[in-house]
Formats: sequence, structure tokens, C-alpha cells
Amino acid sequence: MGCSCSCDKEKLFNSGVLTENRPGAILPPKELWETKKGGLVVIECPQRIPCNPCATSCPAGAVLPFKDINDTPSIDYDKCTGCGICVSRCPGLACFVIDLTYAPDKAIIKMPYELMPIPEKGQKVKCLNRVGEEVADGEIFAVAEPSKDRTLVVSVVIPKDMAGDIRAIKVVC
Amino acid sequence: MSKIVETDLLVIGGGAAGLCAAAEAAGAGANVLVVESDLHPGGQLVKQTHKFFGSKDEYAGTRGFKIAGVLLDEIASLGGKVKICCNTTITGYYPEDRVYTAMEGEEKYYRIKAKKTVVATGAQEKILPFPNNDLPGVYGAGAVQTLMNLYGVVPGKKVLMVGAGNIGLIVSYQLRQAGVEVAAIVEAMPKIGGYWVHAAKVRRLGIPILLRHTIVEALGDKVVEGAVIQPLDDNFALTGEPQKIDCDIICMAVGLSPSTEIFWQAGAKMQYVPQLCGYVPLRDKSMRTSNADLWVAGDASGIEEASAAMVEGRIAGFSAAKALGLPVNEAKFNDYWTRLDHLRAGEVGEKIRAGISQVFVSGWEA
Amino acid sequence: MELIKKHPILEFQHGKQVTFTFDGKEMTGYEDEPIAMALHANGVRVYRVTPEMHRTRGFFCAIGKCSSCFMVVDGVPNVRTCVTPLKAGMKVETQQGKGLVPMEVE
Repeated sequence: MGCSCSCDKEKLFNSGVLTENRPGAILPPKELWETKKGGLVVIECPQRIPCNPCATSCPAGAVLPFKDINDTPSIDYDKCTGCGICVSRCPGLACFVIDLTYAPDKAIIKMPYELMPIPEKGQKVKCLNRVGEEVADGEIFAVAEPSKDRTLVVSVVIPKDMAGDIRAIKVVC
Repeated sequence: MSKIVETDLLVIGGGAAGLCAAAEAAGAGANVLVVESDLHPGGQLVKQTHKFFGSKDEYAGTRGFKIAGVLLDEIASLGGKVKICCNTTITGYYPEDRVYTAMEGEEKYYRIKAKKTVVATGAQEKILPFPNNDLPGVYGAGAVQTLMNLYGVVPGKKVLMVGAGNIGLIVSYQLRQAGVEVAAIVEAMPKIGGYWVHAAKVRRLGIPILLRHTIVEALGDKVVEGAVIQPLDDNFALTGEPQKIDCDIICMAVGLSPSTEIFWQAGAKMQYVPQLCGYVPLRDKSMRTSNADLWVAGDASGIEEASAAMVEGRIAGFSAAKALGLPVNEAKFNDYWTRLDHLRAGEVGEKIRAGISQVFVSGWEA
Repeated sequence: MELIKKHPILEFQHGKQVTFTFDGKEMTGYEDEPIAMALHANGVRVYRVTPEMHRTRGFFCAIGKCSSCFMVVDGVPNVRTCVTPLKAGMKVETQQGKGLVPMEVE
């Protein structure tokens, strides 16, 4: 049974679904994360590809400079301010900022959004997990366009216990 | 057919590689003529809404269609050294006279005499054999991009994507951006071929990626009205139950073949390289082929990412300008190669590295 | 015409709207955009019928390389409609088989 379980995980991963921590897809240290106002970045980039905008765009130097352009990102979480610049710059839309300090049972997640329709502050949206299932209701906290290039960064209030699962939204009019 | 247009450097193809070759050669002082068969320059760049990978040198973080604009601005800044003729197809090459026949539109023919040529003709889309694969509605992925991203035409209601390489993944995402439903992505291999992050992007929108699945039939009388897909076993033989998919478009993203007709006409030494997706010309480090008048760049030299095509274009343009006797800065050449090596260094570049090693020659005998 | 109304990234700049005919039926499209695109926007999918098997064909590559979208345009057969710009008043017809090449006999 153990084998079939890890095989299923591998199959899912091979089709683009993150199932467990891998190099390049790391979570912030728990204690810091739970107390850090403004949140910390989570980057889900577990494959060596030639790409470095997360590192070159980070204004805080938290995404460490790459030795080789194919490096997967590594993060100095003491420096991350949760600004979300990388969320808007990452060509793979693989950066998210998660703030666990928002409310006792609520977190805020900043996600890239490049679809229609564009949601508004206060709007209720459906939250999707890594395979697109609607797993929770969320509320838009803010919509920004940090790089003025049409990639929006939406901040969504979500149930805190779903912060590890929610990675997209569906906007219904 | 009386007119003969003369040029120092002819660049065939005004896409990512061709525009870079033209900009580089013109920057060194060459007079360049670019011929492009489409109605606009920019090739496939103009259809890309996603931000490019790579580093700043390859415009990382800039959307493809914007990069086309950046390259055209660079060319415009060179003060008329580059002329771009669109809607013009090269129909033949006569190597003994270095003369090309060109067709503008469908009816106007003329000749071009070029001292040197960079061939950046790109690639053409492949198709799989299955019943009804010729039905209207079975479209190449590039065609779907042309429809929706260039001309703003809704491609269809629901799409079955065949192939989970970067093109299949990116176009699936672009379909959602255009408001079109994607029923599923089928991929014969046990693993996506494109970047993992592109797959994650479409998965979280609820688009299933069915690995080890293929299309077995398109349904419909005069146009596509559906498709049948089926699982494959470890030996790529059909297994399990066929499944009907409701769709009106079947988008084929099953790879590209290099467009190499001119090299065959020129008698350039060619080799079939599976990793580069077809027959490609042998080339030296300057991207020169066994025909000393022809350089190659971009997908015509082997199917690869646009970021690599752009650097190859720079190398070919640089080398052609040098061969024309123009002064060039040698340091640039090494810099371009460093960039190209970096782009190919990762696990996704493994296939490319294996392919190129088969067609790379250290030099040509004089 | 079935066009994308709002796109999150792109803004479409169309030229002048013109009328043309497809098999005698009047349609509208944008001047200088490919004929094939204008037809698709008008819901037309079948562009020709093959000479021997009488199979319906539409476009496939849309970049002028595959010959699938050949049609009769202003009486001329085998026109690559995916790379031929639309003009006002154009007469576009479904191509049957190889099409007939117009001959002017003195």
C-alpha cells in the first residue's frame, strides 16, 4: 500500500500537482510564519528551468541570487517582507504570499490572477485547490497591479486551515 | 519576372530568431532584407501572452507579444538598415547564383540576390494519425493562438488539447484567458513535457491533464463534434476503455518540425535528429551551415524555446556580418554563447544538448 | 462576428470593417486581417472539399504552410486564405476539388 500511495503522489506531481515538499517548493519556518505580519512568500517551483525573475525582482533580497539560472529558488525568510512583487513577476505564476496573522481563523493569500472577470474588493469568490476543486469560500481583500503589466495580485481572505491548499480563485458574477 | 532585389544579408523569417539576426547584423553595419511570409513580423512571439522565462538578457518577465515590439523598436532605431517585407514567401533558392525567388501575396513574383543569408524559417506543426484528423476543427496549437491572441476570434466552445509540452500547456491557459473551456489535456508520455509550473497553472484552474492518454478518433460529419480518447499502457499500446469527450475544437500540440526546405535546395548537409524534432542542417559554432553562404537560427536549427532562438539569431547575425567583412566586437560572440549554454543547462535542456551534439561541427573545410 | 469581448492581457485593435461574400452570402470582417480569420469569426469552418475523397477541410496551421485552407478568392483557386488579407467586396468561395484556373482565351 505504501508503494501505491507514493506512486499516486508521483503521478500527480508528474501532471503538475505539488503533493509534498520538494527542493524549490519550500514552506516558511512555522514559528516565523505564524507571527510575521504581512506574510511570507511560498514559491512552488520544483523543477530546474532557466528562469530567475523571482530573484532579480525581489526588492528585499529575500530570494537569494542564483548561481546558475537553472537553480530553483531558495529564500532567506528573515528578509522576506511579503510585498508580493515576485507574485506579479514570476513567469510561471508560482509565487504566493501567505499571511497567517490576519485573524485567529483566517489567513490572507496573495495570488497572481490573469483571467476575466476581474474581482473587486469585498467580493465573495470560490477558492480552488491545486487541482481546481472548489474547497472554500473567500473574500477579496485587495486587488493590485504591482508591475503595471496586467498581472493582478489578488489578496483573498481564506480559512486559515486551508492556506496550504488554496492556490487559485474562481470569480463568479 | 524582371525585378532583382539585391541585399548584403537576407534574413528569411521575421520571427524571434530572424528579427534578432537582422538587428545584430544591422547593428554591425549590414544592410538587411527580412522576408516574412505572414502579414506581420514577429512570428510566434506576437501570439504569446505569457511572460518569458530566462534572464533579463532574454527579456524574462516580459510577455512574448511585447518582446516582438522591443525587437522591432531596436530595428527601427538602426536607421533604415533593415527592410522588412511581409506577406512574402521564398519559393526557391539557386545556390550557384545566390538568387532566391520570392512571392509577394499570391501573384507577384520577383528575385532576390543576397551575399549572405540567415535562414530563420521556424517550424511547422505536426499532426497525429487518427480517423477524421482532417476534419475542420482539428487545429494546430499555433492556429488557435493566431485566432484568439492575434485576431481576437473565439476559437470554439470547448477544446480538447492533445499534448502537454510547453505549447499545449500554455495554449490551454491562453484558452482560459480568452474565456474558452478546455475539456482536458491528453499526453501520451507518463510525465508532462513542458515546464512543471505551466502545468501547475492549468491544473489549479481545474483542467485535467491525462497522462498516458491519446486521441483515437475525431467525431463529426463535416466538422469536429467530439473526440474519443483512450489510455495507453507502458508500451504506448491502447488499453482500457475509450472515453468520449464533448468538444468542438481539437487542438494539436504534438510538436513541431523544423522548416528546412531552403537547406535541402542549397544542398546543405542535413541530419535527422529526434531530439531536435526532424532534419536539421549541420552547423559550426557561428551557426554557419555546410553551404558557406547560409546560417541557421531558431526552430529551423532544431525545436527549442524562443529565448534560445533569439540568442541563436544574435549569433547568426553577428557571424554573417563578420563574414561580410564588417567590424564586430568578438566579446559579444562569447557572451551570446555563455547565455545560450546557461539556457540549455537545466534538466529541460538535456534533450537539446543531446540533439545539438549530433549536428555540431568544429569547423568547415575551406 | 464571434469575437473576444474582454481579455485580461490583450487589447485587440481591428481596422476598418468591410463586407465580403462567402458562397454568395454577405458577411463582415476586418480589412487586411486574414480571410480565414474573418470566416471563422462568422462561424464558417469548412473552406474546401478535397478532390478525391470529398472530405471537408478547414484551416490547420494558419501560418501559410500547410495548404489546408485553400479557397477560391475572386475566381482564383488555391488561395492560402490564412495569410491573404481581406479586402472590401471580396468574393470568397468554398473550393471544390482542385478548383478551376481562370483562363482568358483571345
